[in-house]
Amino acid sequence: MEHIDFSLVDWSRAQFALTAMYHWLFVPLTLGLSFIVAFMETLYVRTGNPEWKRITKFWMTIFGINFAIGVATGIILEFEFGTNWSNYSWFVGDIFGAPLAIEGIMAFFLESTFIAVMFFGWNKVNKKFHLLSTWLVAIGSNLSALWILVANAWMQNPVGMRFNPDTARNEMVNFWEVLFSPVAINKFLHTISSGYVLASIFVIGISAWYLLKNREHLFAKRSIIVAATFGLVTTAFVVLTGDGSARNMAKYQPMKFASMENLYVGVQNAPLVAIGILKEDAKEASHKKQDFRFEIEIPNMLSYMAFLDPNAYVPGIKDLVHGNPERQILSYKEKSELGKIAITSLAEYKNAKKAGNDRLANAAKIRFEENYKYFGYGYYAGRDIHELIPSVPTTFYSFRIMVGLGVHFGLLFLVVLLLTLKDKIAKKRFILYTMLWTIPLAYIASELGWVVAEVGRQPWVIQDILPTIAAVSQLKPASVQITFWMFFLIFTALLIAEIKIMTKQIKKGPDEDKSAADTASANN
Amino acid sequence: MFEAFSYITLQHYWWIIVSLLGAILVFLMFVQGGQTLIYTIGKTNDERTILVNLLGRKWEFTFTTLVTFGGAFFASFPLFYSTSFGGAYWVWIVILFAFIIQAVSYEYRSKAGNFLGKRTYETFLLLNGILAPLLIGTAVATFFTGSQFSVNFMNITRLTGDKMPIISEWTGPAHGLEAALSLHNLALGLAVLFLSRVLALLYFMNRIKHAEMMERVKKQLIINAIPFVFFFITFVIWTLLSSGFAVNPETKEVFMQPYKYLHNLIQMPIVAVMFVLGVALVLIGIIRPLTCFEKCSTKGIWGAGIGTILTVLALFLLAGFNNTAYYPSTFDLQSSLTIQNSSSSQYTLTAMSYVSLLVPFVIAYIWIAWRAIDTKKIDIEELESETHVY
Repeated sequence: MEHIDFSLVDWSRAQFALTAMYHWLFVPLTLGLSFIVAFMETLYVRTGNPEWKRITKFWMTIFGINFAIGVATGIILEFEFGTNWSNYSWFVGDIFGAPLAIEGIMAFFLESTFIAVMFFGWNKVNKKFHLLSTWLVAIGSNLSALWILVANAWMQNPVGMRFNPDTARNEMVNFWEVLFSPVAINKFLHTISSGYVLASIFVIGISAWYLLKNREHLFAKRSIIVAATFGLVTTAFVVLTGDGSARNMAKYQPMKFASMENLYVGVQNAPLVAIGILKEDAKEASHKKQDFRFEIEIPNMLSYMAFLDPNAYVPGIKDLVHGNPERQILSYKEKSELGKIAITSLAEYKNAKKAGNDRLANAAKIRFEENYKYFGYGYYAGRDIHELIPSVPTTFYSFRIMVGLGVHFGLLFLVVLLLTLKDKIAKKRFILYTMLWTIPLAYIASELGWVVAEVGRQPWVIQDILPTIAAVSQLKPASVQITFWMFFLIFTALLIAEIKIMTKQIKKGPDEDKSAADTASANN
Repeated sequence: MFEAFSYITLQHYWWIIVSLLGAILVFLMFVQGGQTLIYTIGKTNDERTILVNLLGRKWEFTFTTLVTFGGAFFASFPLFYSTSFGGAYWVWIVILFAFIIQAVSYEYRSKAGNFLGKRTYETFLLLNGILAPLLIGTAVATFFTGSQFSVNFMNITRLTGDKMPIISEWTGPAHGLEAALSLHNLALGLAVLFLSRVLALLYFMNRIKHAEMMERVKKQLIINAIPFVFFFITFVIWTLLSSGFAVNPETKEVFMQPYKYLHNLIQMPIVAVMFVLGVALVLIGIIRPLTCFEKCSTKGIWGAGIGTILTVLALFLLAGFNNTAYYPSTFDLQSSLTIQNSSSSQYTLTAMSYVSLLVPFVIAYIWIAWRAIDTKKIDIEELESETHVY
């Protein structure tokens, strides 16, 4: 009899994905805009020019509208680890809980305290204290990203822990290993810099709209200069850290890497498919590398990307599923047998312990420890092993669209910055439209990045150790369905409200009365 | 330095921190209480704007404290997080839902193009104001009355059969909402609800310069203090006279002990003093502004606020210390959670303890920032000169 309730698992995943994706609609703008606003206010404090204050305050208003809804969706994510992934919460809570608590103590209070000064302190505190508050908000938001991304990275590459059979959970043995794992550092840098890029696109896009409407020229140009510079620098950073992420993935999550590349049969000198269209009916059994309708390849590039060596061998999905003795890759079937040994040894250990039979307990413990690294595969013993392959088309296309858009963003920043510095931007209507219409593309790229990271690692909640089927809470699928739709409705309503409020604010433009700089803008 | 602490000391230390965060959270729920009073105290648009702005500058602290309370509880007692959140699903989901709708309401309420309309956001604030204190109070009451669940670590080794490999299983009929059907639990929920309103009124006294509104605040203070005292006393007496969930320190066996919480109070005199002092401060904080309004009206929130923190802290310590199961299971006594069987490892608690050293700094900068922007009482003129108004 099937003991896994897949309807429960799927709805729980859907609910988490829904919350995460909604949350991520608001977070990158917060991460980046907080810094952009801080740069702008710094320019105001340095120059004393009231136009900079006006610019700062406008973007700050946008920041506030966006921030509120980020907070609303964020709280749900934190608690969903408990409500919907209760087994997970115990199994790795000893490691995973710490970053969440530190996030609260270190980052959220910093953010919420100084955000009040930022919004309400203009007439109450001096300029320097206000500027400091704005910077602290930016640092606070980004620190909160650090801790949650450390936690996420740890799920993709669990380090610094040991399983304790007595408490049936993983326990932290090295905090620094968790914090400074290369995956964590890379993930943090890649994710926050992608947020900076999105916020920069947002600022130049809105500024372009003002120029298209022939309004607020000085405001728009100054905003563009700050944002395009920031965007250009951070795009370079995104590329660099993205490259690092791919290498980490190849090393720690080879299945995610292979599925992202639609690579079924492992090869040396693997080429990178820059652009490709998959055949829809491709099944793993018959699947070969040529299962593209259309492709453009860069020779040796994939091997180089993954291992910094054009001759390196990159394992394919088939090698990982069916094993490849030549390359010392165990098949999933073998791994699931070893995982089963780990799981049953754990049960034997606990029973022997209970019965007071230390000899038996020790033997079971040794067996358990030898096989622990396959623990999660044990839940798939006797099951269809193909459940362990993530969706290839989803990861393949998501990755390519993300990268393609990233290239577009980088070029756009460069062109826009040059044109603005030469004071020609206002006349280039095509570029201005491109800037405006790149805003939704930035959101798409950003979300797709998470799709690659999270769909690509399925079914693992903790890589190789805990699959989703053993991580959920014991609930009725109907309960989770109801809450899914509850969240869906409220998030969607709030998203519509947010977009409408923002559009109104943008149409209204920066405050007129507070600034003497309008004349300056007319002269410029 | 924390390496020198024993495991049990660290577990106690973290129970105090989590309890303190919970206590501060209850105090800061004056924001929620205030949200239920916007139309009672504010009769004109201007008056309501004053109230919303007054609360709007503080709501994030309550929110952040809730998030940090959750995070700290997760980090230090993950089995609670796993068992209670995953099991009492509905009660937590409703609480969370109440906080989603709050988070946007201040910012969006008076903005043009807000889609749902001003009254909807005000209703959101009202719903949050009622549900959050009521249900959080009710949920905390289950620390004394118990819930129906079982915990079995062996479950993760289930590879076949008809049950999933899940450690904690909730057996309560309504996944948590059943807690609200018990009068004993509800008494605490209602006490917290009325307390949050009382604290809000004291906060208004401290911050508003408006004679007519003050008259209404004074009247409401009496109206809300009476049910608060009634429900609070009901809960306390009921709890002290009930049997409690005791733990045998040698065998770790959980058993029912008559008057357990009364014993705890007697056996932990510091907690007893804290409790009595806390209750006294809350009562003084309520009564003084009524008897000497001119001089004492600004001080009530401090007395009652500190009193609330001490009282709630004492309640949490009664539930968790002195060999007591703080999250008891009435379905299977031996599944009950104690601070020992549900905590993180010694290593994690030690690492987290270093992080806890940041807390005084956090409190210090919150204090500095508040002082900087709350320099004088609020009135409508002040709001008109303000650039960021809710």
